Amino acid sequence: MSATRMQMLSSRSVRLLSRGRNEMLAGRSGAQRPGGDPRTRSLTCPPLSSSSSPGRALSSLSATRRGLPKEKMSENGIMSRAKVLTIDTMNPTVKKVEYAVRGPIVQRAVELERELSEGMKKPFAEVIRANIGDAHAMGQQPITFFRQVLALCSYPELLSDSTFPEDTKSRACRILQSCGGNSMGSYSASQGIDSVRQDVASYIVRRDGGVPCDPNNIYLTTGASDGIMTMLKLLVCGEGTTRTGVMIPIPQYPLYSAALAELGAVQINYFLNEEKCWSLDITELQRAVNEARQHCNPRALCIINPGNPTGQVQSRQCIEDVIRFAAKERLFLMADEVYQDNVYAEGCQFHSFKKVLFEMEPEYAETVELASFHSTSKCYMGECGFRGGYMEIINMDDEVKDQLTKLLSVRLCPPVPGQALMDLVVNPPQPGEPSYDTFIKERTATLSALAEKAKLTEQVLNTVQGISCNPVQGAMYSFPRITIPEKAIKEATEKGQQPDMFYCMKMLEETGICLVPGSGFGQKDGTYHFRMTILPPTDKLKILLNKVKEFHQRFIQQYS
Amino acid sequence: MSVLQGINPNIRKMKQLEYGALASRANQIKEERHYKEVIDVSWGDSHRAGVKPLTFVRQVLAACVYPPLINSNNLPLDVRQRAQKQLGTCAGGSVGSYTETAGVSEIIHSISEFIKRRDGGIPSQPENIYISAGSQWSIGNILHVLVNSEASPKTGVLIPVPCHITTAVSITGLGAVTVPYYLSEEQAWALQVEELQRALESAKGVCNPVALYVINPGNPTGYVQSRKSVQEVIRFASEKGLFLLVDEVYQDSVYGENSEFVSYKRALSEMGPPFSGTVELASFHSVSKGFLGECGLRSGYVELVNLDPAVMNYIQTLFSKDSSSPVLGQIALDLMTDPPKPGDPSYPLYNQVGTLELYLLRTSQHYNLPGLSCPPIGGGFYAFVRLHLTPKSIQKSKELGLQPDTFYCMKLLEEGGVLTTPGCEYGQKEGTYHIRYNTQIDKLMSLGGKKKKIHV
Repeated sequence: MSATRMQMLSSRSVRLLSRGRNEMLAGRSGAQRPGGDPRTRSLTCPPLSSSSSPGRALSSLSATRRGLPKEKMSENGIMSRAKVLTIDTMNPTVKKVEYAVRGPIVQRAVELERELSEGMKKPFAEVIRANIGDAHAMGQQPITFFRQVLALCSYPELLSDSTFPEDTKSRACRILQSCGGNSMGSYSASQGIDSVRQDVASYIVRRDGGVPCDPNNIYLTTGASDGIMTMLKLLVCGEGTTRTGVMIPIPQYPLYSAALAELGAVQINYFLNEEKCWSLDITELQRAVNEARQHCNPRALCIINPGNPTGQVQSRQCIEDVIRFAAKERLFLMADEVYQDNVYAEGCQFHSFKKVLFEMEPEYAETVELASFHSTSKCYMGECGFRGGYMEIINMDDEVKDQLTKLLSVRLCPPVPGQALMDLVVNPPQPGEPSYDTFIKERTATLSALAEKAKLTEQVLNTVQGISCNPVQGAMYSFPRITIPEKAIKEATEKGQQPDMFYCMKMLEETGICLVPGSGFGQKDGTYHFRMTILPPTDKLKILLNKVKEFHQRFIQQYS
Repeated sequence: MSVLQGINPNIRKMKQLEYGALASRANQIKEERHYKEVIDVSWGDSHRAGVKPLTFVRQVLAACVYPPLINSNNLPLDVRQRAQKQLGTCAGGSVGSYTETAGVSEIIHSISEFIKRRDGGIPSQPENIYISAGSQWSIGNILHVLVNSEASPKTGVLIPVPCHITTAVSITGLGAVTVPYYLSEEQAWALQVEELQRALESAKGVCNPVALYVINPGNPTGYVQSRKSVQEVIRFASEKGLFLLVDEVYQDSVYGENSEFVSYKRALSEMGPPFSGTVELASFHSVSKGFLGECGLRSGYVELVNLDPAVMNYIQTLFSKDSSSPVLGQIALDLMTDPPKPGDPSYPLYNQVGTLELYLLRTSQHYNLPGLSCPPIGGGFYAFVRLHLTPKSIQKSKELGLQPDTFYCMKLLEEGGVLTTPGCEYGQKEGTYHIRYNTQIDKLMSLGGKKKKIHV
């Protein structure tokens, strides 16, 4: 996946560095390549060699410690001592981390918002953050039942308030009883509150039509990202040709590439098939792993189902094939299933990896190691701010589980309100309970609105010449392919930008719509995409889609 | 054979906690015996120890979670106004939205104002503040930037002995090496610069020390550094080219006579140039301790001082991939740093609870029984009590394959129903044994009674 090139830092950028954070960061339009841009580094230290080898870093430190003051002149003329932590001495892997969803285009969007609020005139009245899968930010309403129970848990005196339905009160009491000191403010066990883990296990059994689930295999996490990161931390080891390789889909949710970069693991790309609605081909998996074996030790395979950014929902057959492949190649399976309730297309259905695995022959069911991840951030809840999540770990050695537990204990425990929320998600109101009707109504309304918007998005974007959008089978995004004229590609390259970043930046400046360029997720060379959420309310979405259409037509015109 | 037989070797090196066995046994006892409860003073967890959450905080959180409460006359006006204000800063008016990476900017502003007030007017730049899911999370991120796990020699971080478990384990997990400096038990666990020097010397040829981790007020020790001591450490870090990691989560719990909390940021600033503009400092605070005790909300912040702007860019990206930290926790941070003021309807109750905490018995005389001793405690949540164990009990523990202080904790649990943690968990001088209690508990008096009984 190609990194966005660093823009030349002009003297304007030097001034920006001494102002507010967002402005400072806006001057940096992309992440650094390994080694960094020499022009950047000249702002903070004299022309040292650009090597970031540990040996070099050590010797520069010892020079300092020998008492030789490394006085230097930065570009704004201030004398300063050598810093301990510089881009030469810092952890080199951290320099490789990029996370496009909150990356440079978003920083520019924040700047524009500020300019708008200060009264600056723009060709748009508001900035639309269609870059991030944040449903509530786009106006989706929370589920009343969840919020009532959580309010009661926060301030139990409300238990005497008659406006709260009885079932919310009994739920709150149950949750509080399992908290230390009957308070959500106590630490929980590192693995999560016992009773919540049991409820999660029961949910999984129900969801998977009776397939058993052991609560001891359930780990509550701070959002699914925490679980994913932790598993990757656990399994990355080795060096050189034995360094751990992890297979990830292209395009992917960029947490994976960021985590692998941070951990210094080898990223093994397998391409999803755009012509076949982003399907997963085993032959492509095989190609990727064969090639990877020459230079690393492939140990894990990540799959996002339903997909992000692509939205594809894998068929049961495909899941089985992936499991067989993982078994054959001795790969640990990581199944990111956070969008499991977000399935819209006719003929598509969510099949959990766990269920499919357990329904296969014992040679697979009893041996293939699997971690599946879920979250409170997506589906119909959209409660990103609570950071609730869990992972289910299948067929892991007890000894390795001990190590996992140790690793998790370092961050003490996941946020208790998020654990409480997860408990409600896996254990929602039942028919006959006071909150049931409202709950069902709200959940149905949210999911059907999303389905409608998925369809609408696909339809409108496909009317645009030069935009081609696969059906949005699930999740929360469209990831259409865009053709970018040669002239525009040339201008982008001169600016040091990826062509789709160039396109998206222009769209942002002209329409206020913030999207994430496909280069942030990975795509086949020579193809360009953007990711746009389907989350804005339907009428607003219609307007947005039309603006995108108009922009694209203007853009093509301008660069033809 | 498992695919995962090969796992990250740094994780294998992370210390397995003694606490695990004690906690399991405590759970068994709760089920087996007729104890109404096991008194759990093993964690720095106020609510678990029986301290009630602050009403104002919980009312605001409830109203933020369920906004119809903002129109309820059952909640004080200032609570409702504050909740409305908070929701106004959340995207879509919901605590279920993500926030900006570093945290809600209005909350960061409150934090920077709090720091400025605390430090006698010394300004704090909002762009240097990051909120995360607990202080350990941000310590982990900053360590991750400092530590090059592939480096040879390995990166070293100086840590106190005794030390808060989690950070020490974190350091090992990242592939770095801990370089211990011993706090002086004879001087109530004071930090001595000569000992820092010795520790640094000991690292020569072993590792490449880049950072110095200090906990002030101390955990488990409760030692509160004087201004002079803080300045000495800053000077040392400056001379030796060390990045300062300062864990100040107990800053609101200072109660010893003659003890006063002086933040590293303040001392650094007051030292003037060249130190004030150059020494790199990360200071950590949290809602888990102090008056709020909201450990379960997972919220804390780091203030980064004098960092290289290019490095700050990378730190921003690193934090961004964690999305954002729990919103309820961020709101709690806002309430902690911008509490009710005199004249606000909630002020009398809020203020009363704050001073009530100090009423709980914390002096060390309580622990000066034969076989136990404890120096004066300046602050924090704990007593780190010295056990003068008999050769007989040490022998017995060895036979059982337990550390002598773990054995003591087991006995205290079995016979007294009290769950504590052994000194070996935190590190201690060879041949010495200790035990750590959370001193906040209401039942301290009876606890003391139990301790007396068992010890004889």
